[in-house]
Amino acid sequence: MKKTQLYLLALVISLIGLGAFYYKWQVLKFPLQAQQQSEIWEVQARVEFEAKSGPNKVTLQIPRNPPGYDVIDEKFVARNYGMNIELGKRTRAVQWQLRRGRGTQALYYRATVYRDQHADFDDTEPRLAVAAQTVEPYTTARSALLEQVREKSVDSASFAGELVRRLNAANPPGEVALLLERKPTPEARAHLAKDLLADRRIAARVIHGLALVETNANAQLMPFLQVWDSESHRWDTISTDTGAETWPEDMFLWSISQKPILEVENNPRAHVEFAVQRTIDDALAVAKGRLEAKDRNLVAYSLLNLPLQTQDVYRVLLMMPIGAFLLLILRNIVGIKTFGTFMPVLVALAFRETQLLAGVTLFVTVVGLGLLVRFYLEKLRLLLVPRLTAVLILVVFLMALVSVVSNRLGIEQGLSIALFPIVIMTMTIERMSVAWEERGAAFAMSEGIGTLIVAVLAFLVMNIRWLAHLIFVFPELLLVLFALTLLIGRYSGYRISELFRFRALAEDPITPAPVAAAPRVAD
Amino acid sequence: MLNPFTIAKRLHAIGLSGIGQRNAEFVLMYNQRRFYPRVDDKLITKRLALAAGLPVPQLYAVVREEHEIDELHEKLKNREGFVVKPAHGSGGDGILVISGRRGDRYRRANGALLSREEFDHHLSNMLSGLFSLGGQPDHVLVEYLVQFDPVFDQVSYKGVPDIRIISFLGYPVMAMIRLPTRLSDGKANLHQGAIGVGIDLATGITRRGVWGRELIGEHPDTESSIVGLHIPHWDQLLLIAAQAYDLVELGYVGVDIVLDKTLGPLLLELNARPGLAIQMANGHGLLHRLRKVQALEAAGALAKQPAERVAFAKRDIATL
Repeated sequence: MKKTQLYLLALVISLIGLGAFYYKWQVLKFPLQAQQQSEIWEVQARVEFEAKSGPNKVTLQIPRNPPGYDVIDEKFVARNYGMNIELGKRTRAVQWQLRRGRGTQALYYRATVYRDQHADFDDTEPRLAVAAQTVEPYTTARSALLEQVREKSVDSASFAGELVRRLNAANPPGEVALLLERKPTPEARAHLAKDLLADRRIAARVIHGLALVETNANAQLMPFLQVWDSESHRWDTISTDTGAETWPEDMFLWSISQKPILEVENNPRAHVEFAVQRTIDDALAVAKGRLEAKDRNLVAYSLLNLPLQTQDVYRVLLMMPIGAFLLLILRNIVGIKTFGTFMPVLVALAFRETQLLAGVTLFVTVVGLGLLVRFYLEKLRLLLVPRLTAVLILVVFLMALVSVVSNRLGIEQGLSIALFPIVIMTMTIERMSVAWEERGAAFAMSEGIGTLIVAVLAFLVMNIRWLAHLIFVFPELLLVLFALTLLIGRYSGYRISELFRFRALAEDPITPAPVAAAPRVAD
Repeated sequence: MLNPFTIAKRLHAIGLSGIGQRNAEFVLMYNQRRFYPRVDDKLITKRLALAAGLPVPQLYAVVREEHEIDELHEKLKNREGFVVKPAHGSGGDGILVISGRRGDRYRRANGALLSREEFDHHLSNMLSGLFSLGGQPDHVLVEYLVQFDPVFDQVSYKGVPDIRIISFLGYPVMAMIRLPTRLSDGKANLHQGAIGVGIDLATGITRRGVWGRELIGEHPDTESSIVGLHIPHWDQLLLIAAQAYDLVELGYVGVDIVLDKTLGPLLLELNARPGLAIQMANGHGLLHRLRKVQALEAAGALAKQPAERVAFAKRDIATL
C-alpha cells in the first residue's frame, strides 16, 4: 500500500516535469540542443558612400515580415544620423539623414533572423498593369518578342518564364538585342521583363532575396521576377536566371519594394554590401525572445534571466543532481563502494577545473603523497582534529608544489587547480588511511579506486554538453530524476555486485531437508 | 561458471535477501529510528540488558573525557585482561582486546605489545570519534574479557568467537558463529576476515563456513573441521536472541552473543543492520524465513513469550 503511494507520487511528479518540459519544448519552442536546427542568421547590409558637403539622405529598403523567417532582432548603426522607418504597404525602408557630412560614410543595418515554418508571400491582388508608352523601333521589337513568347506559353507563369529565357539567351535575335541595350545586369533585365509583361497586362514585380548559406561575407541580393496568377490568386516566383518557377528554401526575402534597394540623394555611386552569417549558440536567445513576446513573466521567473555569472553557476549546480543520480545507480544498483556518500560527485566537480586526465593524476598524486604523510603522522600520535588540520595544510602545500612544478614543466593544467577541493582530499586521505589500517590495504584501495571510477564517470556524464544544456533550459527535467530517485529508493532487488558476492551460494546452496517442501508463505 | 541471470534466479529461489531488500523491507520497515540509540550506543544496550536481567560482560569503566584516560590505568591495575571498545563503534572497528600485560605495556590478544602511549593514543582516537558512526565524539567502554569456551579452541585463531543470531520480531530466524582467523587479527568480524559458520536453528549444530566469498569446511588456520560442532547452551542463546527484541523494540536485529567458559552466554551487542553473509554460511536465504514470521504478523499470531517464539523458530523456521 505504501508502495502504491510511492509509485503514484513518482508518476505525478514525473508527469509534471515532463509536462512542463513538453510545453516549453513544443509550445514555447525552447531548443532541445545548444545548436538546434532552429536556424539563426545574422544578415547585414552595409551602405557606403562619399558624403556630400550638404545634407545627405539615404534610403535603404529593409525586410518586412519575410515569408518563412522571423526577424527577432535588428540594429541600425549610423553615428550622427537621424533615422526613421518608412512603412509602405508591404515594404519597409529605413531613412537616414545627416545635415552635413564629410568623407566616407558607412551605415549598417543588421538583423537576426530565425527560420520559422514555411509561409507564403502576400496574396493581395495587385493593380492591373499599365502598358508603358514606347517609341519605335522599340514598340515593334516588344510586340514581336511578346508574340513569340505567347506562342510557347499557356499561362502567365510560363509566359514570364519563357520571356526570361529569351532575354537571357546567349545570342539574342535582333529585337531582343535592341531591347537589351544598356541593360547589362540581371537586375535591369528583370525590370525589363516586368515592363514587357505589363504590355500584356500581366501584373509583375521584381523582388530581392538573399541566399542564407553558410558564412557568406560577400552575399548578393538576387532579383526574382514575380507574376500574379489571377486564377489561383497568388504570386508565382520566377528565377531571373533560368526562367524556372522557383523560390529556394534558403532564400530570405529582403524586399518586395519596386524602388531601388538603396537610394542616396544626388549620389549615384553609393553602394550597399550584404553579409550573411550563421550564428551557432543563440538558439536559446531566440526562444527567450519569442517567449518574452508571449509572456514576459515566464522569462522573468526563469533561470534565463539571471545575470550571466549566476547562470554559469547554475549550469554547474544543475548538473550535480545528475552526478548524484549516477552515483546512486552505481552504489545502489551496481554496488560500487566509495568513500563518503557524495564525495565522488564533489571530486568530479573538481575535475571540471582541471579536465579529466590532469584531475585524476593530481588527485592520485596528492592523495598518494598525503597518505604517506598521514602514515608518518600516525606514528606521532596526534589527536584527530589536529591531525586532520595537519593533513589539510600538507595537502595545500602539495597542491602548490604540483602547480609550481607543472608550471616549470610547462604543463598548463597544473595551474588550474586553485579550487580543487582541499577539504575533500583531506577527508579522503584520512578515511583511506583509517580504512587501510582497519580493513587492510586491499579494502582501502578498492574503495579508493571505486571512488575514483565513480568520480570519473560522474565527470563524464556531467560534462555532456547537450545534457547540460537540456537541464539548464529545462530544469523541470530534474523532477523526473527526482521521481526516479524515489523509485530507486525502494529498489529491493539484488545489486550487481551481490551476484558476484553470493555466487558461491548460488552454485552450492544447502538443499533444505524434505520438510522444506512445506507450503511457501504467501507474501 | 554461471551467468549473472542464472545466479540471480537461483539466489531468488533460495530466498536470498540482498542489501537493498534488507534495508527497504526490513530495516526501514521494522526498525524505528528513535530506538537506534539503544543499539548504536553499547552502553545503553548494556544498561537495558542488565535491567532486563540478561547476562552481559561486566563493565569495568567508561571513559568520556580525554583526561580520564590517565585514571583508567589506575582503575585497571588489577585486571589482567579486558576489552576496550568505542560505544558507537561499528563492524568491530576500534575494538582493543588486552589479554595481559608485561611491565608497563599491554599485551594484545594477537600477542603484540602495546606501550602505554600507544594505548592512550588509541583511546583518544576513540573519544574523538574516529571509529564511531558519523564521526561524532564518542565514549569508551572497558569491560570484562570473555574467557571463551574451550569447545572453540580448535577452530579459532586467537580472539573471541561470537554467535550472531538474527532476530525478527523476536523470532530467531538464522544463526551463525563467527570464528576469528589470523587474517581477522583475532576479531570476530567477517569484513575483517573472520569465518562465519552457519548453525542449524533446531539443533545448534554447525553446517558450513564462509570465508570472504569462499565456502569452506575447515578453519583456514587450524585445519580443523568447522562442520558438525555442537554449540553449547543453544537454547539459552536462542532465548537471549528472542528477548533482545523486547529489550530494544527493533524488529530486525542481529544479536551478538559470546560463550564464556564459566559465565555461559553473554550478550555482547546488538546490530540494527546485520550483515548478509550469514545467508552464505547457512546455505540459503533469509527471505522465506522472514516471510514466515511476517505471515504470523499478518495473522496477528505473534507470540508474546520469548520461549514460545524460540519454540516456533526451532519447529517451523529451522526447516525452511
